[in-house]
Amino acid sequence: MKILIVAETDGSRVSEKTLPAIAFAQKIAPNDFHILAVGSSLQNLELLTGYGAQTVWVADDPRLAKPLAERYAPVIAHLARQIGADLIASTTTTFSRDTLARAAGLLDAPMLSDITALESLNGTLIARRPIYSANLIGTFEVEGTPVVLTVRGPAWGKPEPKEGASPIQNAELPAEIPTRSEWLSLQGSSGGRPDLTQARVVVSGGRPLKDPQTFEKYIGGLADVLGGAVGATRAAVDAGIAPNELQVGQTGKTVAPELYIAVAISGSVQHLAGMKDSRVIVAINIDPEAPIFQVADYGLVADLYEVVPQLIEELKNARG
Amino acid sequence: MKVLVTVKRVPDPYAKISPNADGTDIAREGLTMAVNPFDEIALEEAIRLKEAGKATEIVAVSIGGAESQEQLRTALAMGADRAILVQTEEPLDPPSIARLLAAIVQREQPQLILMGKQAIDMDDNQVGQMLAAILNLPQATFASKITIEDSTATVERETDNGIETIRVPLPAVITADLRLNEPRYVALTGIVRARTKPLETLTPADLGITPKARVRLKKVEKPPARQAGKRVADVKELVRLLKEEARVI
Ligand SMILES: Cc1cc2nc3c(=O)[nH]c(=O)nc-3n(C[C@H](O)[C@H](O)[C@H](O)COP(=O)(O)OP(=O)(O)OC[C@H]3O[C@@H](n4cnc5c(N)ncnc54)[C@H](O)[C@@H]3O)c2cc1C
Ligand SMILES: Nc1ncnc2c1ncn2[C@@H]1O[C@H](COP(=O)(O)O)[C@@H](O)[C@H]1O
Repeated sequence: MKILIVAETDGSRVSEKTLPAIAFAQKIAPNDFHILAVGSSLQNLELLTGYGAQTVWVADDPRLAKPLAERYAPVIAHLARQIGADLIASTTTTFSRDTLARAAGLLDAPMLSDITALESLNGTLIARRPIYSANLIGTFEVEGTPVVLTVRGPAWGKPEPKEGASPIQNAELPAEIPTRSEWLSLQGSSGGRPDLTQARVVVSGGRPLKDPQTFEKYIGGLADVLGGAVGATRAAVDAGIAPNELQVGQTGKTVAPELYIAVAISGSVQHLAGMKDSRVIVAINIDPEAPIFQVADYGLVADLYEVVPQLIEELKNARG
Repeated sequence: MKVLVTVKRVPDPYAKISPNADGTDIAREGLTMAVNPFDEIALEEAIRLKEAGKATEIVAVSIGGAESQEQLRTALAMGADRAILVQTEEPLDPPSIARLLAAIVQREQPQLILMGKQAIDMDDNQVGQMLAAILNLPQATFASKITIEDSTATVERETDNGIETIRVPLPAVITADLRLNEPRYVALTGIVRARTKPLETLTPADLGITPKARVRLKKVEKPPARQAGKRVADVKELVRLLKEEARVI
């Protein structure tokens, strides 16, 4: 089985979000996987060369300077055909959902989103993935190849470093790259904190955090003493308290850190879908009946405005 | 401008979903069904475009069993002008849905195809992108704001890295994210009016397509349940347990 991993890029840099997909490839086809990075004057290809890929392919062209699915998908489909890839995969992110699904359309390939396990049984691929907002796990059979996949980051973890460096080669571009879509701008705000999907600790806040300043003071403050990332519920994002890219859940990001602290979050199924695989969950909520306590390892029934400042103090002391 | 909106029948987002007795599907008995919430948002956007004088006609399309008529009636009651059901009992996968929709687009020739970003049953998030690829149309997925001017759409997209803005010429496929708008409630007058609006039923054969799913759901199970842990009395105890028992700080 030959795998083509599509690296996530913003057009100029390769993202670490690619790593779980490489871990997936090491597990499924350790000796027969390739990686493709698409962009223009790509900077940090060394992020991809240390994991035993046969070849790291680079599609470098000024038209590919921004990650537009309309332009990237034909480049991916072209290389997939050329090397005869059986599986084309990437870590589940908005980049891969946008771009790989379009590539699947171009390849007329079936696709499985956000898989947590994959095996091949007598030539039939069998995959597992969360369905119904991660309330259930589905087992799927797929007929034929190629198959396009996105893989759920927390389920595949980090790849193992390998001796030597994979060769880098230029990928041939397809005859036509449509340039009708135009990229205009990106408004982001990581604020210097670790990436939500990569962080070891995530502190998330809900709707009761009132406004962006209060959210930043309590949730940001607690995250910073732990060196963690900040997350939010949809209700908090909708109320304009937290930026959209911090949303955790069914329609936001999936996280599975070592420690997840939910502050004033009720624990809707849609929110749980994005965080219930965290190793240790702490819930702080004023309502003893809040559903979040059903998944929390440690529950503190209290007013956040009282206990979060205490917690920040205690943690500062505990760290010395 | 004609706008095509896709509508999928799915379980109500707040319904409790569990596996059926033999674990081959979900238990469907007594389950409340609804329009996929993202499709409701797509439809709301189309209706607002019509109210703003930018859209002239809204066609709602669904693929599924006869019972999907219910969701198309809801769409008509909300404000779609007419509806098309591609009726089939076959279980379908996103590529086959996309091929059927592509045939409808070729018949209808809309300027804009508005869809949900994902159906909340299988959470695939694929059909819009596949449809755009098959039709060789530009795509703008996960839209949180759409501005239509001079047959181009400027779209703000919700990405993992923040809000990205792109511009696509029409016709194009745009998929809706949650923050695009808040769908209106269906008014009683709408429900009454919907009864007289046209709902056409076609079969895949009418479109010259024999759909076949290559991805098949075999088993449905509950994920391992997480045990509720313990209540802690205060912050001091919490910090001690995180340190000594859980060893995460
Ligand atoms: C299709 C769909 C997709 C969705 N996707 C997502 C998603 O991806 N992510 C997501 O998060 N939601 C999602 N939602 C929304 C979800 O259903 C809930 O509405 C949302 O998660 C609730 O957010 P919340 O917990 O912040 O607010 P609330 O439900 O209002 O809960 C606030 C909690 O804070 C507690 N509280 C109040 N004051 C204090 C205080 N002073 N100290 C301590 N505790 C306090 C309350 O007891 C309560 O439990 C989705 C919904 C739909 C329909
Ligand atoms: N059976 C269907 N009938 C009509 N539209 C559909 C159907 N399946 C999917 N769609 C549309 O495609 C979008 C994405 O669905 P999916 O890729 O299945 O998550 C949905 O929000 C719908 O708008």
